[in-house]
Amino acid sequence: MVTVVYCARLREALGKASEQMALPSNLCDLAALRALLRSRGGAWAKELADGNLVRAAVNHEMAHADAIIKDGDEIAFFPPVTGG
Amino acid sequence: MPVRIQTEDFDASREIALLRRGNPQIGALASFIGVVRDVNDGDRVVQMTLEHYPGMTEKSIADIIGQAKGRWSIFDALVIHRVGALKPTDQIVLVVVTGAHRGDAFAACEFIMDYLKTRAPFWKKESTPQGERWVEARASDDIAAERWRLKG
Repeated sequence: MVTVVYCARLREALGKASEQMALPSNLCDLAALRALLRSRGGAWAKELADGNLVRAAVNHEMAHADAIIKDGDEIAFFPPVTGG
Repeated sequence: MPVRIQTEDFDASREIALLRRGNPQIGALASFIGVVRDVNDGDRVVQMTLEHYPGMTEKSIADIIGQAKGRWSIFDALVIHRVGALKPTDQIVLVVVTGAHRGDAFAACEFIMDYLKTRAPFWKKESTPQGERWVEARASDDIAAERWRLKG
């Protein structure tokens, strides 16, 4: 199982702050997880579309699409940050 | 604790005094305070709500401070960032850097702020007379952060 967190505008658009997911055995990186979530359709397909700027973190570190994910990880998807 | 995320306001004088206390080697202190403006992209801002990603926020800022310490000769750095509902003129963020000389203190302070703007997981939502909207990231912030990479 992994924990997937959605922040800010993504959380609102997806209607979910976080969820627990069992990773399919063939799923190994962030890009694949994003594609899996996108396949839910609706807001998921729209918000996580390839053209959208979506940042991600694995275990609280900024991560690229090819970042490896594994059981027990906390993965977060969010819009580009706007603090400061 | 060099990184604090809090809803309450901060007193820069007090924080600076605490950071300087008992260190006669400090010859320079650079600080930055970010403040809520009442206008953004041409619209009046009535309120701003700041959200963050607990756990990652503290870690990412601590990492940015670590990078600053590796690049410049500084003694210490402090970052306080507020979250929750803020109004125009409210303070948002405080960065303080201490060092022996001003050059490194100035540079490290600006670097921490530029990296925080593009790497620390905070998001702003504005309330305007037209309704609420999430603030979009600015390309100028990416450019500001990128110039430190070119120098490095």
